[in-house]
Amino acid sequence: MQGTPTETATRHLAETSRWKPLEFAFWLVAFGAIWLLPSHHLILNEIIITALFAMSLDLILGYAGIASLGHAAFFGFGAYFAGIFAIRVIGDPLTGLVLATLASGALGFITSFLVLRGVDLARLMVTLGVALVLGEIANKMTWLTGGADGLQGVVMGPVLGLFEFDLYGRTAYVYSLVVTFLLFLIARRIVVSPFGLSLRTIRDNPLRARAIGIPVNRRLIAVYTLAAAYAGAAGALLAQTTQFVSLDVIALHRSADVLLMLVIGGTGYLYGGFAGAIVFKVLQDVISNWTPQYWTFWIGLILVILVLIGRERMNHQVAVLWARLRGKPEPRPRTIVGGH
Amino acid sequence: MAGRPHGARSLYFPGGSRVLTILFDGIAYGMVLFVLACGLSITLGLMNFVNLAHGVFAMVGGYVTAILMNRLGVPFLATLPFAFLVPAALGLVMERTLYQRLYNRNHLDQVLFTIGLVFMAIAAVDYVMGSQPQLIQLPSWLRGRVDVFGVQVGLYRSFIIVVCGFLVVGLQFVLAKTRFGAQLRAAVDDARVARGLGINTSLVFAATFAAGSGLAGLGGALGAEILGLDPTFPLKFLIYFMIVVTVGGTSSLTGPFYASLLLGIADVAGKYYVPSLGAFVIYTVMIVVLVFRPQGLFVKAR
Amino acid sequence: MSAALETVGLQKRFGGIVATDDVSFRLEPGARHALIGPNGAGKTTFVNLLTGVLQPSAGTIRLHGEDISAMAPERRVKRGLVRTFQINQLFAGMTPLETLGVAVSERMGHGYEFWRPAGSKSVVIDEIVEIATRFKLADVLEERTASLPYGKQRLLEIALAFACQPRVLLLDEPAAGVPEAERHDLLATVAALPRDVSVLLIEHDMDLVFSFAERISVLVNGALFTEGTVSEIANDPRVRAVYLGESLDG
Ligand SMILES: Nc1ncnc2c1ncn2[C@@H]1O[C@H](COP(=O)(O)OP(=O)(O)OP(=O)(O)O)[C@@H](O)[C@H]1O
Ligand SMILES: [Mg+2]
Repeated sequence: MQGTPTETATRHLAETSRWKPLEFAFWLVAFGAIWLLPSHHLILNEIIITALFAMSLDLILGYAGIASLGHAAFFGFGAYFAGIFAIRVIGDPLTGLVLATLASGALGFITSFLVLRGVDLARLMVTLGVALVLGEIANKMTWLTGGADGLQGVVMGPVLGLFEFDLYGRTAYVYSLVVTFLLFLIARRIVVSPFGLSLRTIRDNPLRARAIGIPVNRRLIAVYTLAAAYAGAAGALLAQTTQFVSLDVIALHRSADVLLMLVIGGTGYLYGGFAGAIVFKVLQDVISNWTPQYWTFWIGLILVILVLIGRERMNHQVAVLWARLRGKPEPRPRTIVGGH
Repeated sequence: MAGRPHGARSLYFPGGSRVLTILFDGIAYGMVLFVLACGLSITLGLMNFVNLAHGVFAMVGGYVTAILMNRLGVPFLATLPFAFLVPAALGLVMERTLYQRLYNRNHLDQVLFTIGLVFMAIAAVDYVMGSQPQLIQLPSWLRGRVDVFGVQVGLYRSFIIVVCGFLVVGLQFVLAKTRFGAQLRAAVDDARVARGLGINTSLVFAATFAAGSGLAGLGGALGAEILGLDPTFPLKFLIYFMIVVTVGGTSSLTGPFYASLLLGIADVAGKYYVPSLGAFVIYTVMIVVLVFRPQGLFVKAR
Repeated sequence: MSAALETVGLQKRFGGIVATDDVSFRLEPGARHALIGPNGAGKTTFVNLLTGVLQPSAGTIRLHGEDISAMAPERRVKRGLVRTFQINQLFAGMTPLETLGVAVSERMGHGYEFWRPAGSKSVVIDEIVEIATRFKLADVLEERTASLPYGKQRLLEIALAFACQPRVLLLDEPAAGVPEAERHDLLATVAALPRDVSVLLIEHDMDLVFSFAERISVLVNGALFTEGTVSEIANDPRVRAVYLGESLDG
């Protein structure tokens, strides 16, 4: 495996962007579920949308180091946008999806200036505040959003004019999965690009990032906008596939849940959102069956333990395990997709 | 889950000096908020620790009073010391066993950890006490309103203003005049220097945390009538505590005090005059303050 | 001819402390200039002002004649003003390969390229490998920075500045923590920079200073105390008194 240093370096950089066997396996299973798990399409649809939402948070938290307590602002905005668009303009899913994604990105772009001005706790509070304000707007603009009753009467046309949404969620799942997969491909490309690499320097050490000439604020604005667009896409998918939008899409607990999922799944390797969404849903299912009312207790306990043990260390263990599963003799944790 | 508190639910306006009545109720509301949140402000300033679980201690105080009154028949006033002591003891234990491990962690870890505690507390209280709101039967001498020069003044709100007023003065005295207060202020300014001066900062941290939790508990008991009390209390009021702290700043108690009053009055008045706007105004003000005065509205820029 | 870097009446106050006190300083093009002074004299603060980490309370900074006093730090870097840090400022979760790569691509203007994988341009890789070899990092390029031994991290700290291709290089105690035997090697690498690169070296090790520098400035209590050639400073009894005397116990 030896070569000139240049060859080794090229190989190593190429390796971070190359697809790993487990990644293929994951997407094979996800697509296989279209045929293998026909009776679970509704829940799978929900999971894949949540995973996309969590992945959008990973873009800013895992890659650029911006924690957000209000990421549901963009999810909710995308959902309302898509729902209202379907009611008032046209019911074509793809048009609505694209426009909702762009609009959420625009909202992310605008609010990024607020978020980036602050540091630390102030920044965290601004993200929360933005979501609260939007939630309040959605709540009060009853004529447009339906307020507390939710947005009624969303009727979606067939996807591509061909596939009608069915009661069993088959079209819904395929639609959400394909969209998520495409967005994932783009995100995966971005995080191993020079741009993605520069984001990671900002996450690790903004002071030094500036000192090597990286325009930190502009990069953060760019990735915040991107993450908002992704979250908006997830929200739009939810609105279109469930044909209903309620204040719940923008509520505080949605922001908290997505953060939690991502933390459970691990940040900075893009699959954390997927792993977290699946674990979260399964846990929710299992625990709810056992003690329906009190399942937040166990979620809380998981969080507490996770932090006490140390998220870093936990993720590290998982990464080591992952590397071992791949049969790599010398595990290099936290670089599964070039992330950490 | 993120429902808004019903601070103005017992407003009663027979006409006349509404403005003054609203002002009065707003001040009472603000005072309670201050007692609830001042502990959070100190722990944030002192240890740079984001304790989103602060409301849990307030809830515990409220439930202590509710249980003592409703199950054991203890009079309202006699329950208040317990509403302070039980959460204070709980705070002390938690600080020594859990919180102190997280002082050096980043804010995200602290947020996750304390949110976890909130989730656990909500479910646990729900399990033990049920999800219904707890009613606290005030003694008859605190019920009703009297007419003072045409202004309707609630007796219980007057009581709250008096009690909280004493607490505020007492707190200021402790901070300004006592040895502990001096040590606390030194530690807030610069914990490292304070340690160098021979101050046992870890003792100061623990004592402060306990006292802050106790005050929150007292606030929870006093405020149960105004704010309502059910297992979701810690989440419902979280945002209010955070507003007090971020708008008020953490370098002194005066900032959070003014911020509480402002928030209390604005909330009560807003819900009365422009209910269609809801909490919109408050949240927007919070963002504006955070963006332009991140160290707090009432803190002199350095 | 304008100076490579020049300050006029530069001042920085932290509350009551005057950390930089009316400093007017010139770094000539191609200079090998040292800045010395006792601990807490304000050397690092001076570098922080020059690079835009801190905003000056008063005064002007000019880079090759251009006023950069209010310019964002990253734009100063684009104009060739690069520094190293007294305490390592690295990217813990990344490898030296990625670290150097990001600096090189940024310099070449690839920072916004999000559509192609990093490392697909061979000019970038060649330059990474060249710098890594020069700084004895070639064998650890793929390790996580956080797990590198301190010596290697220190080398990476300096190498990272080189990857930015400085025209004016500010080195804040580069040899701190580097074993005695390797210090001269390190400084030789710096001295081997092209002659049109101007270097300002902050250093406590007088042997290194005297062997590297052609001119020396002395900073005391935030103010420029004196400036001169190596022999002038070495033989100045006042400098001995304020600086060399103190550095014996430091
Ligand atoms: N951010 C800051 N806030 C307040 N005071 C500061 C700050 N940075 C530096 N100082 C003070 O400014 C003075 C100069 O510090 P500086 O770090 O620039 O000294 P130095 O010459 O680099 O010292 P050393 O040789 O130890 O590195 C010191 O008194 C220091 O305490
Ligand atoms: Mg220094």
